[in-house]
Amino acid sequence: MVASEEDVIRNIVGVARTLEGVTPEMAASITPETNIVRDLSLDSIAVMDFIMELETEFNTVIPLETVAEIQTVADLARALGAEPARAPI
Amino acid sequence: MLGKYAQLKDQLGTLRETGADPFNVTFDRILSPTTAEIGGREVLLLGTNNYLGLTFEESCVGKAVAALQADGTGTTGSRIANGTYGAHVALEKRIARFLHRRDAMVFTTGYQANLGALSALAGRDDQLLLDADSHASIYDGSRLSEATVTRFRHNDPDDLYRRLRHLADRPGEKLIVVEGIYSMLGDVAPLREFAAVKRETGAYLLVDEAHSLGVLGEHGRGLAEQAGVEEDVDFVVGTFSKSLGSIGGFLASSLPGFEVLRLIARSYMFTASLPPSVAAGVTQALDVLGSRPGLRLALNHNADRLYAGLEAAGFKLGPTPSPIVAVRLGSAETAIAFWNMLLARGLYVNLALPPATPERQALLRTSVSAAHNREEIDFAIAAITAVGEELGLLSETGAALSPAK
Repeated sequence: MVASEEDVIRNIVGVARTLEGVTPEMAASITPETNIVRDLSLDSIAVMDFIMELETEFNTVIPLETVAEIQTVADLARALGAEPARAPI
Repeated sequence: MLGKYAQLKDQLGTLRETGADPFNVTFDRILSPTTAEIGGREVLLLGTNNYLGLTFEESCVGKAVAALQADGTGTTGSRIANGTYGAHVALEKRIARFLHRRDAMVFTTGYQANLGALSALAGRDDQLLLDADSHASIYDGSRLSEATVTRFRHNDPDDLYRRLRHLADRPGEKLIVVEGIYSMLGDVAPLREFAAVKRETGAYLLVDEAHSLGVLGEHGRGLAEQAGVEEDVDFVVGTFSKSLGSIGGFLASSLPGFEVLRLIARSYMFTASLPPSVAAGVTQALDVLGSRPGLRLALNHNADRLYAGLEAAGFKLGPTPSPIVAVRLGSAETAIAFWNMLLARGLYVNLALPPATPERQALLRTSVSAAHNREEIDFAIAAITAVGEELGLLSETGAALSPAK
């Protein structure tokens, strides 16, 4: 079953809360547009480790070349297999 | 042009204000495998990777000097374009024989060995699975390969297995890449378990024995020998710049058709080959390694003594005793101060700062040599303990004051 973007982002926020340097306020303000590196103050290796946690959580594999293209939480949700959010009517 | 590095430049400026530059130490003179002179003072070297202490080994120097006089200072080109020297062939035969492999090819550095090996072995349709804590040369080689690359959790065969199962239906070969001993914390790969995963999934296995060649195994062949899984290891990568006291790298294998790699590995083809003097010195160092098992015993004895001494003092270290003993420190600032204070006391170690370290820890990395004597190891333990106390990192009972985080 394909998870909704909302559900996936909820899981992303859950894992982000456990990261060193990510404050509860930062985690609480995560939206699809949040930039992972800039807004969560993660260095390149911290981003790879964050994504590795999520790969386990979602039982999936994200190749490094895809990781390199992930900038926002929405990009990350898509890489984790979320169904794209419907465009507003 | 360099404006994009402004932040790093500022950080380096701040670092230099605190004392010497840990990333640009100049030794005025090297006195022995374990001592050098900096600024007119003698310092003990505890961060050289000179595991067997062979840099001044008389027979190696002799062979190198003879080759230097016979064949000149350099090859002035690549082996593909400008020809192979007898010393290259002799070294390749020697390393293959030592490792019980059919073939070996020699690279100009260990970094280039990984670059060439990974980019040549894994093609566009293949899958590379890298341990998350892999050396930069493994990551760089992977990028050059055009293969699909995934990281698995450091030293975690279950996570590797899960990923291989996930990738089972994808076309192409799967190549697992692990290291024997990891360079930052000195931890060892659970190679027997990785080999079992490899067998079950039909993947290939490459082991980088850069820090374990000459260090582990009854004959010094590395972790694969120690773990009893050499048959399962398809490719061995290693370096001549650590236990063999020189420079260069290699890829060894018994896979049929190996020779074609010489025309594919770009870091082999498009760079100058090793000077014959280096190749001759390394060939001799392999003989020394094979004929003097006492060197490995002395090395492991020194490693155990340093690890036990620092552990008893209350420091948080890497998970197991090995020739790499890393002291985990809470902050980069503490580590930088610690490093400078040790140098002032006449002890040279390595400073490792995040993000180049596992779990973003600041580390003082030490590496032990067979050439250290007991007094030198004890001097190092005393100096590190004294600075730890001075910085308030140790309690009076010898329990660490939780320096992490």
